[in-house]
Amino acid sequence: MNGRSIIEAQAVRKVFPGKHGVTALERVDVDIPAGRFISILGPSGCGKSTFLRCVGGIERITSGSLRVRGREVNGPPEGIGFVFQRDALLEWRNIRRNLLLPVEFARKPLAQYRDKVEELLAMTGLADFADRYPHQLSGGMRQRAAICRALIDDPDLLLMDEPFGALDAITRDQMNIELQRIWMSTRNTVLFVTHGIAEAVFLGDEVMVFSPRPGRIARTLRIDLPRPRPLSIRETKAFGDYVAEIRDLFQQMGIFKERDNAPASGNLMEGKA
Amino acid sequence: MKGARHAHAIAAGSLSGLLFLIAWEVLGRWLEVKPVVLPLPTQILAEIIDAHDWYLDHSLFTLMTTLAGFALSVVLGVLIAAILVSSRLFERYLYPLIVALNNVPKVAIAPLFVIWMGTGTEPKIAIAFLIAVFAIIVDTVHGLRSVPPDVADLAHVLRGSWWQVFTKVNLPCALPSILSGMKIAISLALVGAIVGEFVSSQRGLGYVIMSAQGMFDTVRVFAALFILSALGLLLYAAVVWMEARFTAWRPAKEE
Repeated sequence: MNGRSIIEAQAVRKVFPGKHGVTALERVDVDIPAGRFISILGPSGCGKSTFLRCVGGIERITSGSLRVRGREVNGPPEGIGFVFQRDALLEWRNIRRNLLLPVEFARKPLAQYRDKVEELLAMTGLADFADRYPHQLSGGMRQRAAICRALIDDPDLLLMDEPFGALDAITRDQMNIELQRIWMSTRNTVLFVTHGIAEAVFLGDEVMVFSPRPGRIARTLRIDLPRPRPLSIRETKAFGDYVAEIRDLFQQMGIFKERDNAPASGNLMEGKA
Repeated sequence: MKGARHAHAIAAGSLSGLLFLIAWEVLGRWLEVKPVVLPLPTQILAEIIDAHDWYLDHSLFTLMTTLAGFALSVVLGVLIAAILVSSRLFERYLYPLIVALNNVPKVAIAPLFVIWMGTGTEPKIAIAFLIAVFAIIVDTVHGLRSVPPDVADLAHVLRGSWWQVFTKVNLPCALPSILSGMKIAISLALVGAIVGEFVSSQRGLGYVIMSAQGMFDTVRVFAALFILSALGLLLYAAVVWMEARFTAWRPAKEE
C-alpha cells in the first residue's frame, strides 16, 4: 500500500505441520518502511526467526499475505542478503571465493566484483585474510566474512538471524559497533533477529517485540538515540529506560518471573547485568 | 607436516614388509619347504624378472579393467546417490533396495555376466563396477546428507539452479565422503577384475593364477599374487594422494 514500504505483512500465519502441529506465527501485521534498522526481539522459540525465514522465502507462510517490495513472497526474493546464526561459509573456498558465491549463483561477471570484495574486506578488517580458508579464522572473523558475503551485491534488504548469537560477549560488542558502522554507510533495510534486549536497543531504529508462541508482534518501540551510538550509550538513562520498558513488557507476558527467584532466562538479560 | 607423516608411514610399512619377506626366506630355507607348497620370495622375484614382459602384459590388462570398472563406479555411483537424495520417495523406496542388492554376494553373479556379455573385457569391467559401486553410493549418500542446514538454506536464498546447488555446494560438501568411498572402491574394483578373470579369461593376472594352478606352478601363482599386492597398494596410494590433494582446505586432523 505505502509506496515506501519494503515489507508488508497482513495476518501472516505459519503452522509447521506434523503430529503436534506447531503454530509459530499468528496474525502478524506489520509495515516496514525502507531504509530502517529493525531489531526483532523475543524469547527463544517465539517465531521471530520463522518470520525472518518467511520474509527470506525459505519458509512458506500458511495463510495471510506477505509482500516484499510489493510482490507476494513465493520463494526467495531477489536482491536480499541473508546472514545465518552459524556463518554458513563454505569450508573448501577461501574467503574471497566465499564472498563471490552469490555473484556466481547470479551468473554475473566476477571481474566486476573484485574491487567490491577488497572494499568489503578492508571495511571489516579482513583485508589480509582474503586467501585464507574459513577454518583459519576466528568465530568473529568468520561472521564478518559472512556479513561481507551478504553485502556483496548491495542488497536493499538484509536479513540477519541471530548473527552474533554464537559469539562471546566481547566479540559481540565489537560486532555491534561494526555492524552499525557498516549500516550507516549502506542505509539498507535490516531485519535483525536477536534475543538480547541490549543488542536490540543498541542497533535498532525500532525494536519489534514478539510475544511467546504463537508469535505475534506485541509492541513496536521507536529508539530515538543519536547515531553513531557508542557502546557507552548503554550506561545512559535513555538507553536504560528503553531496556526497562522492554523488560516490563516481557514480565507482563510472563517471560520473567522474578518472584520465584528462578534464574529467570539469564541469557535474555546479557549485556545489561 | 602432512607429507612428513605420510613419508614416515610409508617407511614403517616398507620396513615391516621387508622384514616379513626376510623371515619367510630364512624360515623357508631352514625348513626346506618344497617350492610347490611355498616358494621362496627370491624364487618368486626371479620368476617375475625372468618373464617380465609376459607379466607386464597381464598386469596391464588387469589394471585397465580395474580402472575402467572403478571410473564407472565413481561416475554412476555419484549419479545414483544424487538421484537417491533428490527425493524422499526415492530415498525411502529405492535406497533399501540398493542396500539389499549390496548383500547379494556379487562374486556369485559373475558367471551371469559371461552369459550376458561374452568372454571379452566387458563382463570383467561390469563385475569390477558392480562390486565397487555400492561403496561409492553409500558414502556419497552419506556425504550429500551431511550438508549443514544453514548452508542448504544459503543455497536456497541465493536462488541457485539445481545444477548450481549440486556442483557448487552439495558435491564439494560430500567430496570428503566420496573420497573415502573411493578408497574402499578401488580395492574392490581390483577384486572384481580378478573375479571376472577367474570366471573366464585368456588374459590378466586372474587368468595367470588360474592357468598356473592347473599346472601346479605355485611359483607363478605367487608371482601373480606379488604383483597384485603391489598393484593394489599402488592404486590405493593413488586415491589417498587424490584425497590429500582435493581436501587440502580441511584443517589438519589431530592424531
